[in-house]
Amino acid sequence: MSSNLTSDTTRSASTEQQAPTNSPSQPQAKTTPGKWRTVLREISNGNTIINIFSVIIALAAGAILIGLTDEEVRESFGYFFARPTDALRAFWDAVAGAYSALFQGAIYNFGRPGFLNGIKPLTDTLTYATPLITAGLGVGLAFRSGLFNIGGRGQMLIAAGCAGWIGFGIQLPWGIHMIVAVVAGIAGGALWGGLAGLLKARSGAHEVITTIMLNYVAFYLLSYLLRTPLLQAPGQSNSKSAPTAETAVLPSLLGERYTLHFGFILAILATIGAAWLISRSSLGFRFRAVGENPHAARVAGINVGKTYVMAMLVSGGLLGLAGSFQVLGTTTSGFTPGIDAGIGFDAITVALLGRSRPWGIFAAGLLFGAFKSGGFAMQAAQGIPADIVVVIQALIVLLIAAPPLVRAIFRLPHDGSKLTDSKKVATA
Amino acid sequence: MLELRGITKRFGTVTANDGIDLIVEPGQIHCLLGENGAGKSTLMNILYGLYHADEGEILLDGVSQKFAGPGDAMKAGIGMVHQHFMLVPVFTVAQNVMLGHEPTHPGGRLDMAAARDLVRRISNQFGFGVDPDALIEDLPVGIQQRVEIIKALSRDAQVLVFDEPTAVLTPQETDELIAIMRRLKAEGTGIVFITHKLREVREVADTISVMRHGQIVGQASPTASSSELANLMVGRPVELTVKKNAPAPGDAGLQVSALTVTDERGHRVVDDVNFQVRGGEILAIAGVQGNGQSELMEAIMGLRSASHGSVTLDGKELLGSSVRQILDAGVGYVPEDRHVDAMVAEFSLMENMMLDRSVGLPFVKYGTVRQPVVDQFTRERMAEFDVRAVGPHIPIGRLSGGNQQKVVLARELSRDLRLFIAAQPTRGIDVGSIEFVHQRIVRTRDAGVAVVVVSTELDEIAALADRILVMYQGRVIGIVPANTSREDLGLMMAGVTPTTKEDPHVQQFN
Amino acid sequence: MTTTINPLESQELAAPVRWRTPGMLTAFALAAGCAFVFFQRPGTTTFRLSSENDAIRLPNLEVSTVPAGVGLTIALLLLAGYSVFLRSSGRKTPRWLIAVFAVLLVAGFLIWAGSGGTLPVSGLLVATLGVSVPLILGSLSGVISERVGVVNVAIEGQFLAGAFAAAVVASVTGNVIAGLAAAMIAGALVAAVLALFAIRYLVDQVIVGVVLNVLVTGLTTFLFTQVLSPNNQQLNSPPRFAPIDIPVLSDIPIIGQVLFSQTLIVYLMFVAVAAVYYGLFHTRWGLRLRAVGEHPQAADTVGIAVNATRVRNVLLGGVVAGLGGSYFTLGSVGSFNIQMTAGAGFIALAAVIFGRWDPVRSTMAALLFGFASSLQYVLSIMGSQVPSEFMLMLPYLVTILAVAGFAGKMRGPAAAGKPYTTA
Repeated sequence: MSSNLTSDTTRSASTEQQAPTNSPSQPQAKTTPGKWRTVLREISNGNTIINIFSVIIALAAGAILIGLTDEEVRESFGYFFARPTDALRAFWDAVAGAYSALFQGAIYNFGRPGFLNGIKPLTDTLTYATPLITAGLGVGLAFRSGLFNIGGRGQMLIAAGCAGWIGFGIQLPWGIHMIVAVVAGIAGGALWGGLAGLLKARSGAHEVITTIMLNYVAFYLLSYLLRTPLLQAPGQSNSKSAPTAETAVLPSLLGERYTLHFGFILAILATIGAAWLISRSSLGFRFRAVGENPHAARVAGINVGKTYVMAMLVSGGLLGLAGSFQVLGTTTSGFTPGIDAGIGFDAITVALLGRSRPWGIFAAGLLFGAFKSGGFAMQAAQGIPADIVVVIQALIVLLIAAPPLVRAIFRLPHDGSKLTDSKKVATA
Repeated sequence: MLELRGITKRFGTVTANDGIDLIVEPGQIHCLLGENGAGKSTLMNILYGLYHADEGEILLDGVSQKFAGPGDAMKAGIGMVHQHFMLVPVFTVAQNVMLGHEPTHPGGRLDMAAARDLVRRISNQFGFGVDPDALIEDLPVGIQQRVEIIKALSRDAQVLVFDEPTAVLTPQETDELIAIMRRLKAEGTGIVFITHKLREVREVADTISVMRHGQIVGQASPTASSSELANLMVGRPVELTVKKNAPAPGDAGLQVSALTVTDERGHRVVDDVNFQVRGGEILAIAGVQGNGQSELMEAIMGLRSASHGSVTLDGKELLGSSVRQILDAGVGYVPEDRHVDAMVAEFSLMENMMLDRSVGLPFVKYGTVRQPVVDQFTRERMAEFDVRAVGPHIPIGRLSGGNQQKVVLARELSRDLRLFIAAQPTRGIDVGSIEFVHQRIVRTRDAGVAVVVVSTELDEIAALADRILVMYQGRVIGIVPANTSREDLGLMMAGVTPTTKEDPHVQQFN
Repeated sequence: MTTTINPLESQELAAPVRWRTPGMLTAFALAAGCAFVFFQRPGTTTFRLSSENDAIRLPNLEVSTVPAGVGLTIALLLLAGYSVFLRSSGRKTPRWLIAVFAVLLVAGFLIWAGSGGTLPVSGLLVATLGVSVPLILGSLSGVISERVGVVNVAIEGQFLAGAFAAAVVASVTGNVIAGLAAAMIAGALVAAVLALFAIRYLVDQVIVGVVLNVLVTGLTTFLFTQVLSPNNQQLNSPPRFAPIDIPVLSDIPIIGQVLFSQTLIVYLMFVAVAAVYYGLFHTRWGLRLRAVGEHPQAADTVGIAVNATRVRNVLLGGVVAGLGGSYFTLGSVGSFNIQMTAGAGFIALAAVIFGRWDPVRSTMAALLFGFASSLQYVLSIMGSQVPSEFMLMLPYLVTILAVAGFAGKMRGPAAAGKPYTTA
């Protein structure tokens, strides 16, 4: 497999003409001053339109699934030809009910009295978005370095183990305890990610394989440790840890009424940090150089192996931060080997949707956080399994990766860059 | 008889082929001459069904052809010997030859015996001496090329297209190839011979068509002089030499002693190489592609780990140092494969300008890139090196090859250099840029820097060299003065040790 | 592209001296020796070779752990030493030596770990094959797909889709064969999406694969919760394949039950391994497939439709993986459950790499992984002290070691992962 994430295209026949046919799909916005210009360019590039249409198609597909699997719809379809309106109404009711529950569970619940109650779903969305953003930044940063970090799960699990152990295993004053626990989590994630980086740098082992495998190793390692006195809660017979100590829990941001915790601030800071790292820092320059063309980077005196290790350390560290949020913010009552809650994989879709740019990932994380929050509310209110949002998310990512398909569906005009767009999804 | 009528092909805004007309008779060798980028390969890929022409038609014996793909072209009797061989490296010769028209037993099992027989038959007919069971990756390039020819002949090709077939061959192998072409011609095969090498054209062609900027700009007879052909090819009188003064060699410079490099498969690709380049002189390294020149340069640059011996610059040992340390020692390097090794296509000109200085001053302070400094630096260098681009922010991948090379040159020449290495510095760039690049290389020499130029083009060697080192199979076959004749250089490139000419430096360092 | 380096004279062709094999054998021998000698687990390990209803019954084999451990350690050290000796005189370690070494090592481990218990040999082998069936089919799917140049990370998704479709269709029709067909179609459907995005729209193949896994997981979980659970009787109670005894052969002691008293899917798997091996290396289909995966341009220039070949074979891979998926519901468990494939698709992927993209070697790798995970099951029943998690980790650790240790030697299809376009 090629080490470069963006697909190398095997071109047939040497292209003799001078203008390269594989010219990059779009100019990078990083050197242009001013956020607005960036935004405008984005829209004119058509990426934003593709994103919006992708979400629409995915939601429509989700609607069809919800409609078709609804009990009442299926019953009324039994006599569809006698009274088709019944079936269509039932279909509409099912979909409208589901999506309104999804919205009310993600943004604002009109059914609850008062603004402070009504707005709670939005704060839940931010809570769900917190680890998604951080983990997405980790995966996106690896993408920019030409690495596909599928090991988010393992990195989060190791991080959860480390942060959790600090969180209930030792005693420290309020504040310091929390900081030490978060740092331990970051270190754990960085270690597990860096391991894959080291394997790649030293032996050329492909990170896609090693990170997938390390996921399982981490899972079984944590499962084992959760059966030993090191992590298992006293008196507990299942693989579950003790609750996180009060002193290590990430403080609530808006009071006890809401779930939103200090982690969200850290996620914002992480986004700012990642944005600086990628587009302004010397280290980020080397990440991108190695990601775009490791050969040229090597000839230019950049230590490619070391850069891979660094990138995986930082990437794993960010996933580790997400892992610590899980045990110090989301689930403080003790954790199991399932503490990652699939975020390590969601992070891949978040990074892809955000096109590996920090603020894009931030926005994508918010969207997926909303889906998650809304999905659970929908499940509670309408009895529709929350997994439908997983389907919708996966469809969105598939579609944004293939702009020509979206254009074809909506009969949009082709833009000049043709298929080259799709190859750049991860790094553009 | 093959006829092309009004073939036009556009890539975006570039017209690669513009109304091309061409006729190839059976038993005739038709040379298509043109410099890199003239549109020769595009034309042949259209003929072979890999590209589809926007306009025009292809006729075989007067019948218009529609090629949906190479399969159709082959069925029609067109065979192609590609510049980059179309051979599966992990397959045997027989497997490669049978691919696409495999003989099978009734049960569907591949009939390897029949495939081997076919290879042997054609091989014997033309005296190729190819073993049908050899793995392609184990064969020398010259033999690989014969496998390509066998592939085409096994499909009863009436017209054979040779796309730059001599680029990878030694002069001897080239002579053998020319003999093969003559034999094919005698058997009635029509041959299209694409090249930019004038000598070969004049030796073998029956008809010559010259291409420039996607058009056929003229027909010439094989008796035309080289300069006439060259003028046709570039469109103006070509200055084949660079103005330069006699060298003023200075102090120590680069000293390479007993350098040996082993590749991944354990072959010695550089074998006990010794030479010295003083400050203020250009040593040109000549040789057919693949005789260890690339590996030698990579070893000097610290890009090859399995290297033994000694490489010193101004007395300081470089071997074993990291690329970073070697660059910092004052080495500038223009790699031969620009797109792969010298630039990041998606990066802007600014980012490419700072590619080799991403740590510390002048471009980085407190771990942060100083954008204004890089911006100003890039603009200055663009002016100085005549880089024609919209601005410093556009990706370098959008520039022409010549402008890309100027950016690379600007970057490498912007540091304080003690040694400058340029490998194939003018490959794939336009004539105007070639002159510019050559001038800058000479100017670098005149500033007292030791310069090594690696080239497979004898024209370039002749234009730049103060002394010439010829490599063959990883070894130094000799170091000779700049005025050595082409014939002698050709012999040396084929592995014949020079006997007559004595060079003081050879005695000194061998 | 083709290599441009002229091979030099033959005496310089000598391969670089490789001490890896002797080194690893020595390390394993020493590690085993440490365990068997210094961490002795005195007692007797009983190997049960026959069950009550076997036609031919063999007596139990009882082994005293300490002398056996010491003896095996000596044997292992001797083998490792011989390997070192061969290496130092410039010869390669023969394959039989590695095989014997591996068998002794495993035997030693079983004797050591199973101290004081009874180990049902036939049961262990049956369990191994049971776990391995989907892994083998999945790895064959991966071999086909990657050999033609499309990296298939979506084996897990194909398994899951196949398992789901097989359960539903077999339940509704009451016909296992219909379920089998549905599984293959479902696997092919997932493959079709992979082909569409990877080949038509040039999206990075690994990305499509990963996202497809998420998509199929979400879809099957949603449908299971929404539709299957409420109608478990009608939709998720498929009939199962009954084992078919092959006369005489199934009465062979120890291996008879393992190989010749199996369900249709298992026999299909045997056929698939042979067919893929034969097809890949001895037919026109295989030659063209491999050419497309190694050097698509070369294939294109001799008139082979590269992308059509890729699409067809990715679909074929999907069919094979779908078949593997059906084993979960129609062969072993008997009903669909959320994420029931539990990462088997990724182990199959590991087997592809560990088996170096070769159908037979990948099958061996899948069997090895299947053996490791059934071993932990058997050992935990025997009350062994080795934590089951570490045995479960084994396939993944082995794969990491393999890709890290043999990275230089592991050469996959050259064009795998790269979409093919003409201008």
